[in-house]
Amino acid sequence: MRLAALLAILAATIAAASCGGSNDTLTVYSGREEELVAPLFAMFTGETGIEVEVRYGDSAELAATIAEEAENSPADVFWAQDPGSLGAVEEHLDPLSDGILGMVPEQFRDRDGRWVGTSGRVRVIVYSTEALAEDEVPDSVFDLTDPRWQGRIGIAPTNASFQAFVTAMRLAEGDEKARQWLLDLKANDPKTYEKNTPIVEAAAAGEIELGLVNHYYLYLVKEEQPDAPIANHFLEPDDPGGLVSVAGAGVLESTGDRSTAERFVEFLLSPDAQRFYVDEAEEAEYPLVEGIAPKPGLPPLEDLAGLDIDLTSFGAEHEATIEMLRETGYLT
Amino acid sequence: MTNRAGRGRAIRAPLPLALAAGLVVAALLLPLAYLVIRVAGGGRAIEILGEPATWRLVWNTVRLAAGVVVASVLVGVPVAWLVTRTDLPGRRFWGTAAAVPLVIPSYVAAFCLLGFFGERGLLAEALGIDGLPDVRGYWGSLAALTLATYPYVFLLAQATLRGLDPALEEAAGGLGASRRSVLLRVTAPALRPAVGLGSLLVALYTLSDFGVVTLMGYDTLTRAIYVQYGSLFDRAPAATLALVLVGLTAVAVVAESRLRRKGRLYRAGPGSQRDGVVVPLGPWTVPALVFCTSVVGLFLGLPAGVLGYWLAHGIANDQQLDIPWSEAINSLGASGLAAGFAVLAAVPVAILALRYPSPTSRALERLSYAGNALPGLVIALSLVFFAARYATPVYQTLALLVFAYVVRFFPQGLSGVASALEGVSPRYEEAARGLGRGPVATLALVTLPLVRSGVLAGAALVFLSAMKELPATLLLRPIGFQTLATEIWKLTQIGAYSRAALPALVLIAVSAPVLYLLSSNRRFESGGPG
Repeated sequence: MRLAALLAILAATIAAASCGGSNDTLTVYSGREEELVAPLFAMFTGETGIEVEVRYGDSAELAATIAEEAENSPADVFWAQDPGSLGAVEEHLDPLSDGILGMVPEQFRDRDGRWVGTSGRVRVIVYSTEALAEDEVPDSVFDLTDPRWQGRIGIAPTNASFQAFVTAMRLAEGDEKARQWLLDLKANDPKTYEKNTPIVEAAAAGEIELGLVNHYYLYLVKEEQPDAPIANHFLEPDDPGGLVSVAGAGVLESTGDRSTAERFVEFLLSPDAQRFYVDEAEEAEYPLVEGIAPKPGLPPLEDLAGLDIDLTSFGAEHEATIEMLRETGYLT
Repeated sequence: MTNRAGRGRAIRAPLPLALAAGLVVAALLLPLAYLVIRVAGGGRAIEILGEPATWRLVWNTVRLAAGVVVASVLVGVPVAWLVTRTDLPGRRFWGTAAAVPLVIPSYVAAFCLLGFFGERGLLAEALGIDGLPDVRGYWGSLAALTLATYPYVFLLAQATLRGLDPALEEAAGGLGASRRSVLLRVTAPALRPAVGLGSLLVALYTLSDFGVVTLMGYDTLTRAIYVQYGSLFDRAPAATLALVLVGLTAVAVVAESRLRRKGRLYRAGPGSQRDGVVVPLGPWTVPALVFCTSVVGLFLGLPAGVLGYWLAHGIANDQQLDIPWSEAINSLGASGLAAGFAVLAAVPVAILALRYPSPTSRALERLSYAGNALPGLVIALSLVFFAARYATPVYQTLALLVFAYVVRFFPQGLSGVASALEGVSPRYEEAARGLGRGPVATLALVTLPLVRSGVLAGAALVFLSAMKELPATLLLRPIGFQTLATEIWKLTQIGAYSRAALPALVLIAVSAPVLYLLSSNRRFESGGPG
């Protein structure tokens, strides 16, 4: 009897839950954090009247999900934190129209047009302003192997953003130099963290003096601890440690409504959405569309992105980077 | 097929029972099937198994699981004995408080331990010290995982001690055995099945945990599997490592069933149920109280204190704090359904294994554990694989999420049902059958009422685990379906700890009543068939 009641409850709940997914809505898999980008989705719905259903998750895990779903994916758009996750599912992405691709500089989109960057982020050195003056902070990651930094550096080798930076170093400087740098850095006994935020927090707490992170985490930590004694130091434009990477979006081949899906990607590149990173978002990412300046206080993107590398290859290069990190003892 | 007596004790199981159990176990093996498909598709399995790095991971993983099991037994069993069998002051309070850490997600526990004991944590701040030694790595992982898992051992040991027929201990005493020798020769062996099962649950949890080892920076198989999934061009390495985890599970399951077979005690009957012998602690009262205070202080007081501190910090900083009502309701609903279905699925498997013992039925029971040391991510992706292809209507619905919870936490439901069933002599069922009841009537009228407390305990364990579940929830939930766990994840992801503290505290608060039911289930036990 009780079992029957239980089953009845289940049936009712499923019925209620499955009322959601109707066909005229857009489904987006978002590796970008809900707390950061939810207003953009609301803005899109406000402008177009199109409801958006968003599945939030980790970019790599969502990419794995798309790969397992293959042609049965309910997603129309994949919006990821990094070019690597987009590259990992490139066979499931449909090339975007030239109109959309043309909105973003060539270096910030896929070579074959399957995804575009939607915002930029710069690798920086975050440092403790209590421990260091800005002119003491190195301008190149290659200086971090100096014994002076023994035990004072924070890194996140399991995190996609660190791995992308190592890929950049491999592509820009060659595998040999990258491997040597990793070994030399290892000799300096860096402290490892799970991801960027804990590194910035550790710098704020004085656990480390400097850390390799993306530039916008500083602002998130400042939101939580307004007085934290930390600052970002931007590196030489052609230093792999100053890699400019992007969050990006692509349309899935399996989408039933290509035009709506493209409309959403186009929206992400519209002046309003791009200005969101400047005017509203706490985390101050770089707009990528020409003519929109970043948040005051940030150096212009043209002064930073001096590294001649192809973000498109990051997905394919990931395996070799992981292998190198394993050989050099950063990953098991 | 009708039920006919075979040779000796071997009685053939009724076909519907065998079919039900088989179906359940087949469903539980889906993740395994997925892994085999992935490994076969990649073909680097042998190479990966030959790498020293793989074996380093195995060693790290085994070392951690063994350490957490030992620590959980050392903490869980003494507290269980103290609160059930002694005149410890405030034993009801200690009994409830010692179980509460079960509702703290292990990743939250790790956050709290780091927040307190971290190099620049609250402790260092309070002491005015410029940095404590780094607690991350093996010992930090051990502490956080012990916090999250010792309650399994504690609760199962407590239930056994409560359910143990006092006549056994009294008889031993009457035959001249000293109190100590009763404890060692009667009580301790009777605890063996519960401790074995509890340890198995602890080991499986540790093997599958991702959150703690990541925050603590300790490399295990599960952590490596997550890192591997970042590299999607070849999914075989991650799948191979996951199969190694399945191998470790097999070792743990076999070890546990050896242990279980050694101590089986039936109570004389539900009618004789009454309180066990109470041991006066005398001069040992103070050390016992110190022990309980340390356990509860470290494993409950500390995380609650850190969460409270963050919450207060958030309030002081004028953070926007909303009580997550709808998330709480979603968590409760999904976890409740998971609990119900998990025990429902566990009943045929447990009855088959314990009442119709045969190599096949035992194999089925053991196979049901196969996927349970797998990380939530692997279970989620395996269900994505099958559901997106072959069960599109349920894909990304609540039904699939509940199914994932059942697959992930089935052994916890089974542990409750099986350990209760083990304490009930088959003679009752034989008597009912002898009096002309059919198998279904016997199950409904005799067996299930007798194991009711075990069923409830199993359901409660599944419920509490599902409340905390994160990785499978993220990938399989219906779009927009927020649970307390996803809410905590969403906020800690951007480092907003002061805002994450509220859903964490709500998670603890709404799980607590279920724990209360679990730790005070005496009235369920005595509400037998009468």
